[in-house]
Amino acid sequence: MRILLLALRRAASSLPTLLILLIGLFLLLQLAPGDTVDALVAQIGGGDPKMIEELRRFYGLDVSVAVQLGRYVWRLLQLDLGFSAIYGKPVSAVILERLPATLLLMGSSLSFAFAAGMALGVFSARRVNKWPDTIISTLGLVFYATPSFWFGLMGIVIFAVHLGWLPAGGLEEIGAGYTGLRRILDIAWHLVLPTLTLALIFLATYLRIMRASMLEVLTLDFVRTARAKGLSPGRVVSRHVLRNALLPMVTLIGLQAGTMLGGSVVVESVFALPGLGRLAYEAVVQRDLNTLLGIVFVSALLVIAVNFIVDILYARLDPRIVT
Amino acid sequence: MRLTRRAALLSASAFAAAGFLPRSAFSQETPRRGGVLTAHLGSEQRILNPSLRASTGVYLITSKIIEALVDLDGKGNPVPVLATSWEASPDGKTITFKLREGVTWHDGKPFTSADVQYNAMELWKKHLNYGTQLQQYLDAVDTPDANTAIFRYSRPMPLNLLLRALCDLGYIVPRHVFEGTNVLENPANTAPIGTGPFKFVQYERGQFIVAERNPNYWRKDLPYLDRIVWRVITDKSAVAAALETGQLQLSSYNGLSLADLDRLKDDPRFEVSTRGIEANAFNNTLEFNTRRKELSDVRVRRAIAHAIDAEFFIENFLYGQGKPATGPIPSSSPAFFPGNTPPYPFDKKKAAALLDEAGYKAGSDGTRFSLKLVPINNGEDVPLLATYIQQSLAEIGIKVEIVQLDVAGALTTVYRDWNFDIATGWHQYRGDPAVSTTVWYRSGSPRGAPWTNQWGWQSEKVDQLIDQAASEIDPAKRKALYADWVKAVNEEIPVWMITERQFFAATNKQVKNHHNTTRWDSSDWHDTWIAAS
Repeated sequence: MRILLLALRRAASSLPTLLILLIGLFLLLQLAPGDTVDALVAQIGGGDPKMIEELRRFYGLDVSVAVQLGRYVWRLLQLDLGFSAIYGKPVSAVILERLPATLLLMGSSLSFAFAAGMALGVFSARRVNKWPDTIISTLGLVFYATPSFWFGLMGIVIFAVHLGWLPAGGLEEIGAGYTGLRRILDIAWHLVLPTLTLALIFLATYLRIMRASMLEVLTLDFVRTARAKGLSPGRVVSRHVLRNALLPMVTLIGLQAGTMLGGSVVVESVFALPGLGRLAYEAVVQRDLNTLLGIVFVSALLVIAVNFIVDILYARLDPRIVT
Repeated sequence: MRLTRRAALLSASAFAAAGFLPRSAFSQETPRRGGVLTAHLGSEQRILNPSLRASTGVYLITSKIIEALVDLDGKGNPVPVLATSWEASPDGKTITFKLREGVTWHDGKPFTSADVQYNAMELWKKHLNYGTQLQQYLDAVDTPDANTAIFRYSRPMPLNLLLRALCDLGYIVPRHVFEGTNVLENPANTAPIGTGPFKFVQYERGQFIVAERNPNYWRKDLPYLDRIVWRVITDKSAVAAALETGQLQLSSYNGLSLADLDRLKDDPRFEVSTRGIEANAFNNTLEFNTRRKELSDVRVRRAIAHAIDAEFFIENFLYGQGKPATGPIPSSSPAFFPGNTPPYPFDKKKAAALLDEAGYKAGSDGTRFSLKLVPINNGEDVPLLATYIQQSLAEIGIKVEIVQLDVAGALTTVYRDWNFDIATGWHQYRGDPAVSTTVWYRSGSPRGAPWTNQWGWQSEKVDQLIDQAASEIDPAKRKALYADWVKAVNEEIPVWMITERQFFAATNKQVKNHHNTTRWDSSDWHDTWIAAS
């Protein structure tokens, strides 16, 4: 019951933020030179004025910005995200189409990065300043500093082009007609490289945060007490240190999950995955305002939801925090 | 090319007779039936309807599903597809097409002259980019019977211009699907229905498009392929990897980076060439805003042209893929190419002398004046050329500031706001200068129309030549008019064509009968097959 109330309060307080965000973005995009008809004409290599005028009318761009904004807000109040100029269908349908691939990619790389980052962070904190720690920290730094497109392309060159172990891109085998488990395995197979590419960058962050957090908690009084009680080192770490050291990790995953729907333009482009990142990028380049605002809207909803979950997790991890 | 109406008609009927013979009858190997051809799609299109959108990105897919009245053969001459023959009246105002009999749409309904009439009057004339211009003097399309369509123009229409243009601007979609609907929102725009060798199956946005063999195709026992799959890959490096792993067998229209094209050229598994794309030449351009005082002086424009070493740029930035341009009509268009040489060879001294003569002496810091350059980024080479122009002009004392914008932004800045001094991008030549080339020079284009004369420049002589050539029905006189026109615009250079280039395609050699016409990537692939691996 308390959680439900909290959720409602959260929702009520985020509504104005959401509206301001959307209107602000709408106005900001007006500053970009060119509209979606210009982008279309650029793509098809030219057009004549009559056709251009016709298309402006078709996309509702023949009226003033204020009227366009009014129309948009009015539609939004009716929970209608509008029509996508690029795809010619409702924005909600376009986003829903892309959502599974994005969530799959981001979900799997975040979980992998979180799990591996945690394990490596704990490991290197327990051997701080010894050679395993140095190696792990250095690798973390290398992963963090390397651009993901390079990792992606190198992964493709080595594992797809030279070794032929993994597919070079795409979400699944096209036209193979797999169903059920076979299809799931096929998609998983295609997602190995993109997931790893994306995870390596997150991994570096989690690893460093976990290590630092572990080192800090290890110096606290209650750890000494636990050791004094005669607990084994493994039990001290798993029961006492880890739980406390996880708090910053949970904060971080909350922050990063918020950017999840933004996806990763780079990884999606390199691996030709139909994600929301590429959709947002296309929408900007093609000045497809409705689609872009739709993505922002859905991402904002996700941020609100994830933050809510993180708050609840805090309370579970550390009973002293009351939501 | 000389082609009288009689010759056109004769060759047309000859081809109609030979139409049922696959082109591969001339090749050595026996075609294999079946197989899937996977092609690259670099940028996703909003709609897949070539009667509403003229663009290579659209043709790449739809030309296999939807057919045009005519297409080009291996030598670039118009050959029958849905039209079997054509004839123009002596005054050039009436052009009669005989249509192929027994052709059905993928939904089973028969194809008739009513479809042609609807497409011409309602789609090409009202919506199709470049089509609205081409058909602006089209008054009516008469349909005396189901297999005859008579195009009536209020001004003479050169038959050659119409035929060449109709390869791109003459696709026919079914009237019964589009009539009475909002054509821009018709669902068949993303699930195309046509008469072509392949039937549309599926379009997964952001991923792929699939078409399968049409068993009822009018060319008996064709096509050979079972399916065509187009994969959407936006990253050019990923395209090279997909080709090398066999995920793709074909990438056309420079879908690969210049570097990868150069690398795969030496790979025995692929053919990397411009063969079969000759009909689509393009130029790197330099456009002058002559409202700017300095640039209104033709000597300054010539000086700038002399200061840029096109050959050096092509050799070092484009991996040698191109040559210095001779003007707005490319040498790959024999029907119109006047045979001249590049008009402004690289000559820094001459450039400096011209600027001195125009009264723009170098100041104490060596600078004469500054210009704002807006690159219109059609391809990866445009920003490179922008930098190269900046450096070249610095050497003759012109300071250049580059304004970076994305394509939509650059188009607005240049063509609507006129907020530029010089701009650089691509000019695309579409088989006949009247289709999309002369608009770069003709005055009177409304403000905001991209890739038209927005340079604040106008010449009565040039305007006259353009208008005359557009309605001259004698091919030889037409060619001569265009030669005069090229000479005139080369002299004045409101736009300087720096390079002349062609698109490259990379094709896996498993694919047979590929690139055997001059616009193969935009043709129907009815005789293409894949060798067993």
